[in-house]
Amino acid sequence: MALLEVRDLRVAFNTPDGVVQAVRGLSFDVERGSTLAIVGESGSGKSVSTQTITGLTRGARISGSATFDGIELIGASAKVLRGIRGKRIGMIFQDPLSSLHPYYPVGWQIVEMIRAHDHHVSKDAARQHAAHLLSLVGIPRAESRIDDYPHQFSGGMRQRVMIAMAMSLEPDLLIADEPTTALDVTVQAQVLDVMRNLQEQYGTAIILITHDLGVVAEMSDEVVVMYAGAVMEKAARRTIFYDNHHPYTEGLLASLPAQGDIGARLTPIAGAPPSLISLPRGCPFAPRCRYAFDRCWQETPPLAEVYDDPDHLSACWLSSNREVRHLDRQQADETNATSAVSESEEWSA
Amino acid sequence: MLRFLVRRLALGVVVMWLITMAVFALFFIAPNDVARTLAGRQATPEVVALISHRLGLDQPIWKQYLDFVGKALHGDLGFDYYHGVPVTEIMSAALPVTLSLVIPGAIIWLVLGVFNGVVSSIRPRSLLDRGLTVFALFFYSMPTFLLGLLLLYFLYFRLTLAGVAVFPAGGYVPLGDGVYDWFIHMVLPWFTLALVSAATYTRLTRASMLDVLGEDYVRTARSKGLGERRVVLRHALRAALTPVVTQFGIDVGVVLGGVVVTETVFSLPGLGKTAIDAINQQDLPVIIGIVLFASAAVVVANIVADAVYAVLDPRVRLH
Repeated sequence: MALLEVRDLRVAFNTPDGVVQAVRGLSFDVERGSTLAIVGESGSGKSVSTQTITGLTRGARISGSATFDGIELIGASAKVLRGIRGKRIGMIFQDPLSSLHPYYPVGWQIVEMIRAHDHHVSKDAARQHAAHLLSLVGIPRAESRIDDYPHQFSGGMRQRVMIAMAMSLEPDLLIADEPTTALDVTVQAQVLDVMRNLQEQYGTAIILITHDLGVVAEMSDEVVVMYAGAVMEKAARRTIFYDNHHPYTEGLLASLPAQGDIGARLTPIAGAPPSLISLPRGCPFAPRCRYAFDRCWQETPPLAEVYDDPDHLSACWLSSNREVRHLDRQQADETNATSAVSESEEWSA
Repeated sequence: MLRFLVRRLALGVVVMWLITMAVFALFFIAPNDVARTLAGRQATPEVVALISHRLGLDQPIWKQYLDFVGKALHGDLGFDYYHGVPVTEIMSAALPVTLSLVIPGAIIWLVLGVFNGVVSSIRPRSLLDRGLTVFALFFYSMPTFLLGLLLLYFLYFRLTLAGVAVFPAGGYVPLGDGVYDWFIHMVLPWFTLALVSAATYTRLTRASMLDVLGEDYVRTARSKGLGERRVVLRHALRAALTPVVTQFGIDVGVVLGGVVVTETVFSLPGLGKTAIDAINQQDLPVIIGIVLFASAAVVVANIVADAVYAVLDPRVRLH
């Protein structure tokens, strides 16, 4: 049994404009000690789904199931969820400055968390543990900085503080929601390193929510690609990068600036994600997909096995045969190239 | 922190100095000739001149101003025109009355306002929230004198007619003459003052709490597995209280200078009522004394509010 099993999770919000279907039938497993990356654009339902699992979504219509180590989390009592949050599932968020309370010293905030779950720990012991954690995540002179306030730390150091707090009770699962998005590129790698070290030390599983494919390549074992509240593709990391099936995944990778291509045009995915209030019929990605054909506009493709690999799922009507899919791709690339040429001819004319 | 306080104090001194100038100008803007009024209708010009000389009104203006400020700095605000009583004496008789009204009244409105604000912010748009909003707006939109008269009508007049004489009609009993008498005389004025102001604090606290409850650090607090009560009180309210406390400091400063309407309705001889009486009699020294005290109260309250803000918010403290 996997540590976390999410099945057909659906989250909808009532808004004055209509019902927003933020998550539409999400399923995934997280194995103990492994890292699952959830990738997608803003508004694709990544954060909402993990916050729903931990009971932090308010005022939503929720259905489906999420079993954490045999405990059903969807619809669980506040007391059960409180016992799991922090103690067994740690969380870190995108912006470490706004995620730490500005009025309390960082040590106090860590101690509060430790003592919330274990009333028998003395204040001094909790404080020592907090100092130890801070040095563990690489904060220099942790002993003397424990009484400093969040605004006295740099961005990277703040995120280390968040990690120290989230890991203070050695949780089984760490949910990292865009942990490096607000950080400088040079600091990102250090923060990821800290997470990975603690993961190895404590055997923690990680759900890594990101839109940064570089971070995915660095950290993950398995990848879930989300679009418009649903899973588009799910596979091992290598497969996603080198042998993907879904056109959306393909587009995400193509939009990365490649090293060495100085001066080359970036290849964005044309168009914008659909409104989650009135989703069109068929595949949600069809309007932006360069392969889209009649069927894509009529029927929503199910998440199904492709390339004869039981661990590789894709929600797309394109052929599940690797050779045929590659041929399609080549053809599309050629058409693209011709249209690009004609476009540049038009320019020069 | 120290530099911050010194800077604020220096600024306060400048403000007070400007106020003494403005107040002093009152002597000369005042429409009637004090010496003439005092001397009476039938006085000879010699008598008027004599009175004028005694009051120092025949000196050059700058000399009069320096005299005035110099004396004020030594705690001498001159004498009441009509009875010759020192202004400081009149004020020190009125101040305890105003303090008796304002301090407990302010505590009541703060507690009531913050409590209602927190409760309605926890479940926004719920029946409770809407009920409390209506409650707040009802008293907010009611003129103070009307609220005071209504309280008197029901809780003094009707109740006494019904044979339950609990609350007196008004007046002031010093605290030294019996705690119970003092208390029972002050209850209605307290609530008159508090209910009107509590509405502002309910709205302010509610808005501030709703802001803070949407902050990332409140989500973090929940993600730590803390109980909801702790999340709301230790994390959200702690941050939401800062603007409320600042407003409270300013408001208390203002009411310390006298609460004219409430004091008048309940015939409490506080600073507000004394000021109104003085204005009716054109008793300038008394008016000036009260204005000076009221402005000093506002200035000091602002400095205290800023200092408290700095204590509450470590980001201000260290910068």
